[in-house]
Amino acid sequence: MRRLILLYATLLASAVQAGEPLQILVKDQGFQPQEIHVPAGEKVPLVVVNQDDLPAEFESFDLSREIVVPAHSQVRIYIGPLDPGRYRFFNDFHQASAGWVVADAPSK
Amino acid sequence: MLATAIVVFREVIEAALIIAIVLGASRGIAGRDRWVMGGILLGLAGAGLVALFADVINGAFSGSGQELLNAGILLAAVAMLAWHNIWMSSHGRTLASEVREVGEAVQTGRRPLTALMVITLVAVMREGSEVVLFLWAIATGGSGAAGMLGGGLLGLVAGALVGLLLYRGLLKIPLRYFFNVTGWLVLLIASGLAAQAAGFLNQAGLLPPLGQGLWDSSRYLDQGSLTGQMLHVLVGYTARPMGIQLLFYTATLVSVFTLMKWVAHRHQNANGKN
Repeated sequence: MRRLILLYATLLASAVQAGEPLQILVKDQGFQPQEIHVPAGEKVPLVVVNQDDLPAEFESFDLSREIVVPAHSQVRIYIGPLDPGRYRFFNDFHQASAGWVVADAPSK
Repeated sequence: MLATAIVVFREVIEAALIIAIVLGASRGIAGRDRWVMGGILLGLAGAGLVALFADVINGAFSGSGQELLNAGILLAAVAMLAWHNIWMSSHGRTLASEVREVGEAVQTGRRPLTALMVITLVAVMREGSEVVLFLWAIATGGSGAAGMLGGGLLGLVAGALVGLLLYRGLLKIPLRYFFNVTGWLVLLIASGLAAQAAGFLNQAGLLPPLGQGLWDSSRYLDQGSLTGQMLHVLVGYTARPMGIQLLFYTATLVSVFTLMKWVAHRHQNANGKN
């Protein structure tokens, strides 16, 4: 079972990993950048890097995402495929810090 | 200090609500308190371990360790809640009458005590690991550590108090309906946890979303509000759910409900023949 899951994970991961993943920094208790653009209709990896001494929890009700990022470490999650629009995220350990994922419609 | 109290309160309340319902749902089963307490202690130990090895866990399974751990323990909790409910569907009536007549705990049958322990363990471990990680960083952070730890303690007590209030409230339900109500609560909690597990598996890139945001009810009930958060735990409220979450929710609800009815029916037939 575990081997199956792993195989499945590897297949999926290799299918989507093209180019450098998008990155969001947690720095001085805030997100940088506070607005990150992704193409709509695509599943994209997103790396959250925590440079602070405190752990952070990257959370979004709009995206159904929730992940703890320990101090001085990074995590990778997947988001989408999204409809064009704005999706709010925040730090559950420091609710004043928030930002937006903006899914842009492909330009014609 | 207040900010810390709120963060901890929000984590603790989720575990406290689940434990309160489970305690209610297992009313009258002998040995309940001991097993639930065991679950809490093991959960705390587990929370410490998860916090300690957070970096290792995050790096595991090509970076999806945290999601897989969360999904795994959530699904384990779903299975245990389902087992508890299915067991109760054939023993609930006996339990209710025993509690009514003698007020004593029921000893007979293969009681789902392991289920109780695992559910408590999982609830405490999941929310607890975040609290431990958060408070540990603060405690070692230096400035204002004492005040913030005080806040953490305040949040812990407040969260536990909400759980206690819910439990006391549950006990006010007449015995005739009691296990019906707790049974439904457990069923809805299980379905909500299954939906959360689906969310984690999608976050790890392992399941398709099947539609991002089937609806958006955040204007009417913000999931981040206290009511929204409590309903999130109790019935799985999600303001902007993915299709896969709704699918997991419905599949759990329907299949556990069907099994409960089937077992209750079989139990009745077996009793009728005696």
